[in-house]
Amino acid sequence: MNPVITPAPTGAPASRPLKPLKSWLPFEWIVAIRFLREGHVQTAFIVGGVAVGVAVIVFMSALMTGVQANMVSRTLTGQAHIQLTQTRETVRPLRDNVPGLREGAILQAPLQRVKSIDQWQGIVAQMQTVAGVAAVSPSVTGSAVVIRGNASRAVLLTGMDPERYYQIVPLPEKIVHGTANVTGTDILIGTELASDLGVSVGDKLRVTGASGVIATLTIIGIFDLGNTGANSRSTFMALRTAQSLMDLPGGVTTIDVTVRDVYAAETIARRIAGAARVQADSWITTNAQFFSAVSAQSMSNTSIRFFVGLSVAFGIASVLVVSVVQKSREIGILRAMGITRGQVMRVFLLQGGLLGLSGALVGSVIGALALTAWQKTILSADGTPMFALVFSFSLFGWTVTLATITGLLAAFAPARNAARLDPVVAING
Amino acid sequence: MAESTTSPSLTPARPVVQLRDVHKSYGVGLPNETEVLHGIALELQRGDFCALMGPSGSGKSTLLNIIGLLDRPTSGTVAISGVQTLGLDDGALTQLRGHNIGFVFQYHHLLTAFTALENVMMPALGNAGFPNAEMTARAAALLDRVGLTPWRDQLVGQLSGGQEQRVAVARALAMKPALLLADEPTGNLDTKSADAVFSLLREVNMS
Repeated sequence: MNPVITPAPTGAPASRPLKPLKSWLPFEWIVAIRFLREGHVQTAFIVGGVAVGVAVIVFMSALMTGVQANMVSRTLTGQAHIQLTQTRETVRPLRDNVPGLREGAILQAPLQRVKSIDQWQGIVAQMQTVAGVAAVSPSVTGSAVVIRGNASRAVLLTGMDPERYYQIVPLPEKIVHGTANVTGTDILIGTELASDLGVSVGDKLRVTGASGVIATLTIIGIFDLGNTGANSRSTFMALRTAQSLMDLPGGVTTIDVTVRDVYAAETIARRIAGAARVQADSWITTNAQFFSAVSAQSMSNTSIRFFVGLSVAFGIASVLVVSVVQKSREIGILRAMGITRGQVMRVFLLQGGLLGLSGALVGSVIGALALTAWQKTILSADGTPMFALVFSFSLFGWTVTLATITGLLAAFAPARNAARLDPVVAING
Repeated sequence: MAESTTSPSLTPARPVVQLRDVHKSYGVGLPNETEVLHGIALELQRGDFCALMGPSGSGKSTLLNIIGLLDRPTSGTVAISGVQTLGLDDGALTQLRGHNIGFVFQYHHLLTAFTALENVMMPALGNAGFPNAEMTARAAALLDRVGLTPWRDQLVGQLSGGQEQRVAVARALAMKPALLLADEPTGNLDTKSADAVFSLLREVNMS
């Protein structure tokens, strides 16, 4: 067959040829990518908008997670996640619920004596098998008076097995003088108490337990828990020493438990209380106000992320609505040449997804750079970063995935409109 | 509306287009209901070259849209390549249209994001789902046939109006359609380009 029209004598204008179509790329992807490239200014603006939104989400999430982790870690650094104690003593009338009998008795709440947890060795063994529990440590706690010359102070003594207890409270990290390896008649005291009593490592203290037992102990370490009250009141010693001082031979008053997920502490505490006959208090109930502050912070963080995501979705949707109008004739001719409604819809859905994905990738890089800059510029007084920011791949992964899904969802309405276009109306404009 | 038909080929068993008593009204059920097509009967065999002529508003484009399965008649039947279209859903009509009918419009409506070659490949690409060497070779051959080989890798926005319309003709032929519909294909071109495009359509019809 001969050509009917002779080619123009001059050659085609010189221009950079486009790359040939990739044989592995489906039709819808080819059209979606070319449409986005064609409207490059529009595409750049919306990718920029999505990137800013994603960068804000990444930066704020990492910051908030870092702040929360820091607050929780500081709060929990000196305490167990769950404390098991003997159930509280209560009184009840012996003839309660007797039909026809009414009593006018006044019940006086009993004194809560310091007493050992029944069968504590069995409970400790049982706790070590509970799912989610990381460490278990039995201890004796009670009040005592420390005397040095004419000075005396009321203190809270804690007798423990260092090997187990230090898995729960990392006391060795808090030691500023001496060592944390308590044995026999050793005692650890806080910096405030040492200052009040004018003592240092190697000095002796006379300690009188609540039961009246007196012991002379040697200071082998001074710690700083980062809290003045704790530094002036807390003391630590070997379990047997505390048992003697509290007149609880072989007994323990508390079993400290640390769990792997701090936010699961309350659930695990309830499970423990149900399984063992002890009172189990998680840090969430004993620090209820702090926990509600953390929860409120998480909620506000989630709200901000939601609204930023919503604005990103509206941005993508508005660009695609305009694009559908701009491309309506091309959509019409595509339909005329046998392209199905489904294919047209996928072309616009893909554009939404690609805008979300590319914006999210750019935004993740911006967010990571902003986080790095924050860590290098916002420093504590000692020159170290104020707190560890959380650079988790899951944060970036989730953000990119959610932004892509947001793009797809935002594109749904414009894509459906494009697919529903009547070819005749679209072609005639 | 005037109608002229030439039939150089032998009479085949199955007409490419067969319209029976086709009516088309706009605003059906409304006070301003207007009937544009009044019982059209038309039969075109393979190789026929038919021109629809008439004043503006006489329903030429409407009839082309109905033949091209872009619009449905209010009543009457349309059969393309022996397939009755009454009752077919949108998907089936799209498939029938894609495989049997090529369109050339007054305004070429090329995809400006693509090169001349890619525009010609587009119907086959949409139908197959993925690009392949065969459709590229066919598109290149069609562009060669319309004399645009030197411009095959140019974005269509860089072509002249006449060249764009020739790309549109090549694209309309991509799926080897039994029927080529052209709605005022030269209406937007200068005389020289219009003559060239018309000659091309004649040549296509003869081949």
